[in-house]
Amino acid sequence: MHPLRKQRLMIVAVIVVGASLATALITTALKDNLNLFYEPERIAAGEAPLGRKIRVGGMVVPGSIVRDAETLAVTFVLTDYSADVAVQYQGILPDLFAEDAGAVATGVLNAEGIFMAEQVLAKHDEKYMPPEVAKALEGKSASDYKSSYSDDNDSDPASEY
Amino acid sequence: MISVIPEIGHLALLLCLPIAIALTVLPMAGAAGRWHLLQRSGPLLSSGLWLFLAVAFACLTYSFLHDDFSVVLVAQHSNTALPSYYKFSAVWGNHEGSLLLWVFILASWTLAVAYLGKSLPSDMHARVLAVLGGIAVGFLLFIIFTSNPFERNLISPPLEGNDLNPLLQDIGLILHPPLLYIGYVGFAVAFAFAIAALIGGKLDAAWARWTRPWTTVAWLFLTVGIALGSWWAYYELGWGGWWFWDPVENASFMPWLAGTALIHSLAATEKRGVFRSWTVLLAILAFSLSLLGTFLVRSGILVSVHAFASDPTRGMFILLFLAVTVGGSLLLYALRAPTIKPLATFKLLSRESWLLINNSLLAVSLAVVLIGTLFPLVMSALDLGSYSVGPPYFNKLFLPLMVLLMLFMGVAPYLNWKHNRLTPVLVRPWYIVSIVALLLALLAVAFLSQRYATQWRFGAFVTVTLSSWLLLMTLTHAGLKARRFARAKKLSSRQGLLSLSRSYWGMVIAHSGIAVMALGIGLTSSYSVQKELAMAPGAVADVAGYRFVLEKLEDVQGPNYSATMATFGVGRLNEGALINGLSIRLQPEKRFYYAAKNVMTEAGIHGRLTRDLYVSLGDSLESEQWAVRIYVKPFIRCIWLGALMMAAGGLLVVIDKRYMTRQPVRTDSPSGTVASNEQAMV
Repeated sequence: MHPLRKQRLMIVAVIVVGASLATALITTALKDNLNLFYEPERIAAGEAPLGRKIRVGGMVVPGSIVRDAETLAVTFVLTDYSADVAVQYQGILPDLFAEDAGAVATGVLNAEGIFMAEQVLAKHDEKYMPPEVAKALEGKSASDYKSSYSDDNDSDPASEY
Repeated sequence: MISVIPEIGHLALLLCLPIAIALTVLPMAGAAGRWHLLQRSGPLLSSGLWLFLAVAFACLTYSFLHDDFSVVLVAQHSNTALPSYYKFSAVWGNHEGSLLLWVFILASWTLAVAYLGKSLPSDMHARVLAVLGGIAVGFLLFIIFTSNPFERNLISPPLEGNDLNPLLQDIGLILHPPLLYIGYVGFAVAFAFAIAALIGGKLDAAWARWTRPWTTVAWLFLTVGIALGSWWAYYELGWGGWWFWDPVENASFMPWLAGTALIHSLAATEKRGVFRSWTVLLAILAFSLSLLGTFLVRSGILVSVHAFASDPTRGMFILLFLAVTVGGSLLLYALRAPTIKPLATFKLLSRESWLLINNSLLAVSLAVVLIGTLFPLVMSALDLGSYSVGPPYFNKLFLPLMVLLMLFMGVAPYLNWKHNRLTPVLVRPWYIVSIVALLLALLAVAFLSQRYATQWRFGAFVTVTLSSWLLLMTLTHAGLKARRFARAKKLSSRQGLLSLSRSYWGMVIAHSGIAVMALGIGLTSSYSVQKELAMAPGAVADVAGYRFVLEKLEDVQGPNYSATMATFGVGRLNEGALINGLSIRLQPEKRFYYAAKNVMTEAGIHGRLTRDLYVSLGDSLESEQWAVRIYVKPFIRCIWLGALMMAAGGLLVVIDKRYMTRQPVRTDSPSGTVASNEQAMV
């Protein structure tokens, strides 16, 4: 074969083999590491898978944050004003995590319906709301929502929102 | 008193547009019609563009420094209490200002090409400047119509500004965007050379030779910019992480991968005339990815720290600009590429084929990052669900690719151009170096596992073996090469080392930088120790052989914030007893910024090459108790040291003698003869 052609053939072969190998690996890795976002409403409806890593986002219900000072374990409740999800987390929460502010948690939903978070992200600043939380809250308003958790509050839940 | 300065800036900015249009049209027409006067108009127009942009930029800076809150941008992103160096960096700590910086840097590159590129054939020179002018037109239109930094509120200017995002109030953020942009935008020069060469139909060794130093300069700035961003994230975000595979990080990393592939394939194109059409494609790709990065960051479609105000018209404009630039250049490429034939052949075991492997591995890595970054965006745009891609995806695919890359990198310098055999010098060091690297790794991992009381870490063993192997292979090659040269010329071995070219040393240092960085990454990921706990004053925590004592908490006042500052005394432990007392002092803070009502964490860090001690405050629990995060991170500094070594290597290549001469470069095609071993590969 002409050396130039032979060289071309070699290059093409390398590209074909490499590209198919890369595609296969990328697809597998991507499939294993995609974390789908669920609104609290869909989790309450039982749409979210158990034991698989997912993300959930909503507003942090005022008065729902309970912390153990010794172990740094913390539980709180996320809501989209139509359903609630209890979240359990171990460790330090981000600076901007606060009551009545948006937050997104990544973790696994267990059989008791409690979300075991490995990571919690809060909105970045005063104006900014995680887009997924904003979307989850779309068309829902705080006023027509009464959380089962806000009953524990001293204050009137209606005035909280 | 209403200042007229912003209006001068605005006028200067508006005047840039016709100049940039003239810069696009006139030299290009001159080159096409061989009208010499028009063809030579590029440098003059470039100077004009630069001057007016400099005026605009200076005016905006003036408004920031003098708290002119009648300028909306200043009111939104600055504050009277902000220290003046942050007022200065606030100029580009926002969408509009950073775009002005982008286009100002583009004008600076254009000016540099206009005056340093005079040895280019005049038609090529004219076309390169015209392409750069065209890019400036696109960005100026974008700034003027969607993101005007000089917009004013003269009716009721606020008395006080909103302040700069506290995350951005940091020395790292003064330097990070300009460095990153110099890199990003620098690829516009490589792109312009490629387009000009495609238009002129002349893709020869001379073209590759002109493109190389420009690309290398852009690449080295991008390297430093990315490293600085990583360093900033490490100490400012308070999570101790140095790379998050965040879309914004990926946005700057993708052009870097393409640029790294480009500087290597340019070497083969210059020396041997091979891979020409691939090199052109890479030049187009590197700049397209810079534009994509700008789009991802600037359109606000990302969920990340860097997400600024979102406005769909902006996103659409950049997307359109991206489509025109990428589509246009790929069309031109498709029309011209079939005429490009390789000028030489090469064998399987040659430097060319090794460079081909390098490029394939970098291209696959690039695809991995690109898919991981864009997949969630595409899915959400098609309304198919809101996904995020976890870091394990990137790590799982990226790390094996880097291992392969390093293996090939170690052998590459030993291969000659075109040849079908290894240079005889390879055979000997091969065994010795591999055995030494394995022994070093065994010793290092045994020591570290004992020191950090962990199990045998396989990942650490692999990285130490690989890094020391790469380092030794690279340095051995330099030594052998110098010795051979010294023997042939009857010089001392020291003279032999000195006589190696700067660009060769550049390669040695850059490749060693990769080894050092890999070492840092491997050891940090294997041996980092992290502890989160609640601490009150007087509390003691022992972490990884260090004792951390929270000595006191106090309230401190900053210029635009108040803070709680903790003082930790830290000392090294030996068998449960302090060796040297609590000799290290760490002072992490929790800051509250008044204007934006933001809470920020400032970590306390004590750094050594072999380890970082890192403490950051979480939130305050009850009564003087704080949640505290303590890290001991071995060898994390090697990561940034490695990046700096890569950049230093790039710098050595650029100041190599053959790029320093101003004489016109020969434009004939390279002959089929084997390039001598003295000519370095980069």
